[in-house]
Amino acid sequence: MRRFLLRRLLFGVFALFSATIIVFTISRLAGDPILLYSSKAGYGKTEEQIQSLKEKLGLDRALTVQYFIWVGAVVRGDFGRSLVGDRLVTKVIREKIGATFQLGVGAWLFATAVGIPLGVLSAVQRGSPWDYLGRGFALFGQALPTFWVGMMGILLFAVTLDLLPAATRPSGAGLPTQVKHLIMPVIVLGWLPAATYLRLTRSAMLDVLHSEFITLARGKGVSSARLIWKHAFRNALIPPLTVSALLLAGFINGSVVVETVFAWPGIGRLAVQSVWDNDFPVLTATVLLFALFNVVLNFCADVLTVTVDPRIRYS
Amino acid sequence: MSMRLSNNNIQRSELPQGDRPSGVRWAFASARRWPLLPTGILVVLAVVAAFAPLIAPHDPSAGDPRARTAPPFWYSDWYEERPKVTTKYILGADHAGRDVLSRVIHGARISLLVAGVSLASGVLVGTAAGLVSGYFGGLVDEIMMRLVDVWLALPFILIALVTAVVIGQSLTIVMGLLALLAWSAFPRNIRGEVLSLKERDYVALARVAGASDIRIMVQHILPGVFNTVLVIATLRVGQLILAEATLSFLGAGLPSPTPAWGLMIAEGRDYLATSWWIPLFPGLAIFSVVMSLNFLGDWLRDRLDPRLSQLE
Repeated sequence: MRRFLLRRLLFGVFALFSATIIVFTISRLAGDPILLYSSKAGYGKTEEQIQSLKEKLGLDRALTVQYFIWVGAVVRGDFGRSLVGDRLVTKVIREKIGATFQLGVGAWLFATAVGIPLGVLSAVQRGSPWDYLGRGFALFGQALPTFWVGMMGILLFAVTLDLLPAATRPSGAGLPTQVKHLIMPVIVLGWLPAATYLRLTRSAMLDVLHSEFITLARGKGVSSARLIWKHAFRNALIPPLTVSALLLAGFINGSVVVETVFAWPGIGRLAVQSVWDNDFPVLTATVLLFALFNVVLNFCADVLTVTVDPRIRYS
Repeated sequence: MSMRLSNNNIQRSELPQGDRPSGVRWAFASARRWPLLPTGILVVLAVVAAFAPLIAPHDPSAGDPRARTAPPFWYSDWYEERPKVTTKYILGADHAGRDVLSRVIHGARISLLVAGVSLASGVLVGTAAGLVSGYFGGLVDEIMMRLVDVWLALPFILIALVTAVVIGQSLTIVMGLLALLAWSAFPRNIRGEVLSLKERDYVALARVAGASDIRIMVQHILPGVFNTVLVIATLRVGQLILAEATLSFLGAGLPSPTPAWGLMIAEGRDYLATSWWIPLFPGLAIFSVVMSLNFLGDWLRDRLDPRLSQLE
């Protein structure tokens, strides 16, 4: 098991390394970085000034050398300064990451709190209205476009009913206001993962409920509640638990869309904004950060898989 | 709600034909057997996409300036602030005076084209990768699987966004990007299938008979993984349609006058509070198509390949 995890860890590092190459290539595909400082005509900059700027930025060296200089800086946590506002990229990201974290954790709690109990209920009372409610919830969650749900939510709850605020997380407001602003984005972001949890829990529960030890326990006279929660649920929890880390990784991608819809001041919106502003230092940093999250959470999923279910053996 | 567990509940859906549960429950149960509604929606979609110019009442890209943000026909009667526009625009018109219905109809064409082409290339590459990976094993296998790992670790939406901004927006680029998203679903599952298939006796026989590696892979193993490919592909199309819409929404999908569903929703965002019909209908179109595809995919999976039950 230790060897398996070590291998996975190594692959994670390898994946990150490949991500840096891809990010670097994309950033250079954008064109000559010098054009971000001066136009081809030079904006009044002389040939010598452009040359010295190139030397200062290291653009006069070979592309591979430039890559290693950049990776070296990235490893030390230095992402340079943003082109918009000329601020330290790490500082910009640190300001925004809290909002994304809040949203992600909120959506994760929502997905767990709704998906797992509803999944159990829908399996235990198969064929009942609860089952149809649960399956309908999952079906909608997997087919509705996130950004559209967000917009329709704004239309219904903010514009028509005037119940919830439409957008923008307030800074320094009291807890009730904060929570009110969180409700819609959290549900929109959490719906799809809740659907995944629900389906996994439901099918795992059904599998377990049909197994022999449950029949035995029932024959022994174990009470219904005990049967469901102690005997069946514990075993059915394995599949949802192992995907929980992967779902958390899904939030990171989902946050790009949800933050754009709700004007949420987090990393996702920052990334989209930086694409449009051509702000490559910020963009490369956010893409790498997202890749890092993905790799770390994938590794967590591997760890969970091997520790939660000792029956699984890996070569 | 009571959490009582009764045998009755568990086995109700397995009742013999004679005692089928009634009403809604029966409709749902029979839908499990043959998903009629989803199939119907998809057939309608295909017909609409094929004959879009004949079905659409208006030109999807010609705007009538007098009909800007004209509401759907049933809405104009009691919404007085707007001039009454005739029933010319059944589902209303958008901010440029273009017919929403016609754009949704033409959008079916775009969606189907983009999803179809990207899925086809994804299936081709993904299946080939899984086949080669499972059949040859060893170093080839290792490299292929790590490639999939790396690809899955990258934040796809952002990479696509950057690429679209850097290279430019076009139909070809969107299809290429989605093909890159599509292929990664296949190799792992297919590799697993191939690993067991290649140990079968008939494969050994083919080898003894002197069949080449390529012949064995294509003639003898490929038919065995067909069901898996079909199931994954069906479940994947919906995701591709959603991804295309998301890219268009973020402004990295198809360029502006194209009647793509995601783009229509994005354009309607600025008019949300006053002209809800601009984003509503394309969203409903996406939803019904993706739901039908998912439903059909689940059904196919239960039918053809129950081993894939963990696949989401």
